Amino acid sequence: MMNIPCPFCGPRNEAEFAFGGPVKPRRPDPNATSDDEWADYLTQVPNPLGPVEERWWHVKGCGTWLSIWRDTRTHDIVEGPGNAD
Amino acid sequence: MQTDRLDNGGRIDRTKTLNFTFNGRPYQGFEGDTLASALLANGVRLTARSFKYHRPRGIVGSGVEEPSTLVELLGDDASGNRPVTTVALREGLAAKSVNCWPSPELDVGAINQMFARFLPAGFYYKTFKWPNWHLYEPFIRKAAGLAAAPAEPPKEGHFENRYAHCDLLIAGAGPAGLMAALVAGRAGQRVMLVDEGSEPGGSLLSRNLMIDGKPAMEWVRSVSAELAGLSNVRHLQNATVWGYREHNFVMVNEREPEQPSILERNWRVRAGQVLCATGAIERTLVFGNNDRPGVMLASAVQTYVNRYAVRPGKRAVIFTNNNSAYAVAADMQASGIEIAAIVDSRENPPEVARASVPGVEVLSGQVITTTHGRRRVRAVTVAPAKGGTGRKITCDLVTVSGGWNPAVHLWSQSRGTLAYDQALSTFRPDKAAQSAASAGAADGHLVLAEALRSGAEAGANGGALPDIPASDDLDYAVDPLWQVEQASGKAFLDMQNDVSVDDVHLALREGYDNVEHVKRYTTGGMGIDQGKVGNINIIGTVAMQKGLPLDEVGTTTFRAPYTPVSFGAIGGIREGSVALPYRHTPVTAWNLANGAFMYESGARWRRPGYFPRAGEAFQDTVNRECRTVRNDVGVYDGSPLGTFELKGRDVGRFLDHLYTNVMSNLKVGRARYGLMLSDDGLVMDDGVALRLSQDRWIISTSTGHADAINGHMEEILQTEFPDWNVFITTVTSQWNNATICGPKAREVMQALGTDIDISTEALPFMAFAEGHVADIPARVVRVSFTGELSFEVNVAPRDLLRLWQRILEVGVPFGIAPIGSEANHVLRVEKGFLSLGHEVDGPIDPFDLGLGWAMSKKKADYLGKRSVALRRAGTSNRRELVGVIPEPDRMIPEGGPLTPGGEKKPTEGFVTACVYSTVHDRWVGLALLENGHSRHGETVHVRLNDGVIPARVTPPIHYDAGGERLRS
Repeated sequence: MMNIPCPFCGPRNEAEFAFGGPVKPRRPDPNATSDDEWADYLTQVPNPLGPVEERWWHVKGCGTWLSIWRDTRTHDIVEGPGNAD
Repeated sequence: MQTDRLDNGGRIDRTKTLNFTFNGRPYQGFEGDTLASALLANGVRLTARSFKYHRPRGIVGSGVEEPSTLVELLGDDASGNRPVTTVALREGLAAKSVNCWPSPELDVGAINQMFARFLPAGFYYKTFKWPNWHLYEPFIRKAAGLAAAPAEPPKEGHFENRYAHCDLLIAGAGPAGLMAALVAGRAGQRVMLVDEGSEPGGSLLSRNLMIDGKPAMEWVRSVSAELAGLSNVRHLQNATVWGYREHNFVMVNEREPEQPSILERNWRVRAGQVLCATGAIERTLVFGNNDRPGVMLASAVQTYVNRYAVRPGKRAVIFTNNNSAYAVAADMQASGIEIAAIVDSRENPPEVARASVPGVEVLSGQVITTTHGRRRVRAVTVAPAKGGTGRKITCDLVTVSGGWNPAVHLWSQSRGTLAYDQALSTFRPDKAAQSAASAGAADGHLVLAEALRSGAEAGANGGALPDIPASDDLDYAVDPLWQVEQASGKAFLDMQNDVSVDDVHLALREGYDNVEHVKRYTTGGMGIDQGKVGNINIIGTVAMQKGLPLDEVGTTTFRAPYTPVSFGAIGGIREGSVALPYRHTPVTAWNLANGAFMYESGARWRRPGYFPRAGEAFQDTVNRECRTVRNDVGVYDGSPLGTFELKGRDVGRFLDHLYTNVMSNLKVGRARYGLMLSDDGLVMDDGVALRLSQDRWIISTSTGHADAINGHMEEILQTEFPDWNVFITTVTSQWNNATICGPKAREVMQALGTDIDISTEALPFMAFAEGHVADIPARVVRVSFTGELSFEVNVAPRDLLRLWQRILEVGVPFGIAPIGSEANHVLRVEKGFLSLGHEVDGPIDPFDLGLGWAMSKKKADYLGKRSVALRRAGTSNRRELVGVIPEPDRMIPEGGPLTPGGEKKPTEGFVTACVYSTVHDRWVGLALLENGHSRHGETVHVRLNDGVIPARVTPPIHYDAGGERLRS
């Protein structure tokens, strides 16, 4: 079980969090985006072998959505904590 | 009769005799015995039959490494596949062997031995592959005969989980672990010292060594006493560190907590640092018939002699490739066991080793090629290692030592790497992947003085080192011997799985040449013991065959658990009703008292399905409840609906982003139905928003999606609009409601008494007002989920039961009755109202549902807008919501597929719901049908196993299409 750094609560057990998936690029303006770009935004989710920025929701804690950089090979949290914004 | 119990010595309490049975026969042992030591003391040598060939087997080890004898505990202790060496003896213990019937002496399955050459590795895969393995598996499992799982949970006691944190977790209370705990404990660190044995000491419990001029166990006692006095040290015995996960999360299984009602306790420990002081495990030697009862590990013999005062044989041959067996020989000699010879595969055993057993014949450069005897060993054949004629030596005990492997299991679970050490001819911890270290024998320090030093260094962690106590121990030296090449007879690498050298050679010949493939093909290294004594011999055999050094062959992956853990311990108290508790509303007790049939209706809410009356069948009850609502008035508890209060300046535009329709222009006091899409254009949820004041709103979600929608809203708010002024509070359980519905609902409201003007003009459909109902503070909302005139009376939870009972009292003259979820479902299907998970599944968008009007054209952007437009720009046929009338009149099962003409063709949709409509006195349904909106009036066909049902396509509203009734 990972130990996830919550910016408000400090390091807490993974069991207190819900996984929110990898962080996608900022949502583009849907009215200024081509069909392909929009489809890419929706479907191209980062899935590297190595560090990935991802969101977690501290649902059984303070309720914060936060992001961490997690190495998918080792679970090492290589950067963070940081607010998800 | 404990014929093989020594007259004195041992860490047993001879004043406490314990009675036990094994395979139905009564025996006696002493307090402090394990089942294994007690059986050996009673002269029992044949204790098991092997897994595949049903060969006679005895006890080989003395701890968790035991590869040979597994037992099933009977009675209140029922549990299966326990290594006999790990079962503490108790009064009344009843155990039996696994893998044999009716007994190990008279085993019917022993006939397999005659077919042994037809049962090589991979035999099952090759033979039982047609039509598929699963057909054969149950029979083979039964024939293999591992113990039965207990049928019942333990009669008394319970399991427990506990969380803990510490600066340093030390796995193993042997010399290194104790030393580390002492140093770190004195320095004030929060230490957890965890050891799997019944008492601390590790290898010192089995060996006759001196520390500071006194018996080593005196040192253990004094260190334990000092640790007990340190409040920052927690010392657990009978507790195994069985799993090492990411971020230094460590699992500990404690088997005998001080509280007797707790069967086992599973600790989940977050450790600042983990010290693996797990010791080393002796490996066996591989020669012909090396599995015969009486062939035992040297360390085990030493343990039985010294710790349990048991003599496992009278005349022994010792077979070794290293020094440690010489110390064992000395202890055996001291206990009166005759040493027939020491067979040392090394050409020149070191003089220091020989000096510990003066006068004993050492056959250097020789090996045992095979053993003789039937149910126990009677003799061995010894021959020069380089080849040559052998000679037979009679003996009843063969003590083998193939050298020592650091117990790197935990270290490897932490993803620490291993490196092959030529001098020790084994794998040692190399680079740490987490905050982990190894000390003592687990790090390859096999001599006591080094173990103590490495423990002290690990505990000091760079700080000041204390004086290391002086100790005596034989130097360790080993020459690898992975297998005796001139072995005659089956030479076992893995006794538990009956894997011999030939099996590994076969696997290699058949192309399974990666060590992981060898493991899977032969099953070598699997099972309860996970190959603790034999794995490295498999690696060595592969290396020899392929002509590679061992480090290029590598090890198989070490995975948790280190030793078996019961499921109960992992689950803790999370069993049965508390594993996933139900949510209840304040009227659950009333529902139960009034005969409601209760079930879960999403998100663990327990709701009444229907309220049967005497003599009613299920459908009668549902029909009656439906008629009550359509003709008179019903009431249901709508509390589980997800409810959120949103406050702040920006709620309006936030809701405009979340919902497909415009919410920001909603007037205070009004409610609006809305749809929520995900950004990829799928329908996530529907619900109603109320505007309480300019900056204060209430929104409702479907029961099952409340938690998901909460996460969704918070994610969008926090990650996309962190500067927007919106606060979201879950109030599902802060507002409960009773919903009064039916043509006589207004009369019931008047009978309850309210200070709210509930006339159609003052409180129309989709409006709400605050005031009192039956003198209870309430918010009354005009929404309808049934299609009838409805008043949703929202009150505080403490008031709901009172309101509920009052409604049912005053409603009597109007024919009121409580309504369950079943009737609600019928009523909503009649009205064509959506149910998520029924009509709304993955690919459906609002236009398909006939809700295109809810897709705002005014708003430039909202979640899902672009994606819906993008998808609808395509040319594929959409499945659209329609009504279906089965003709002839009969029920269509939910999900019934629609195919063109009812033929065996790709489906063009499916029936989402089908209910008995009391309004039409027939079955009606809803369906998703390709291009359904333009096919009203057509006949479609439901293709079922038992025939084809034609159905007429209609608009998806079977009742009150104009909505006059709900607006009344």
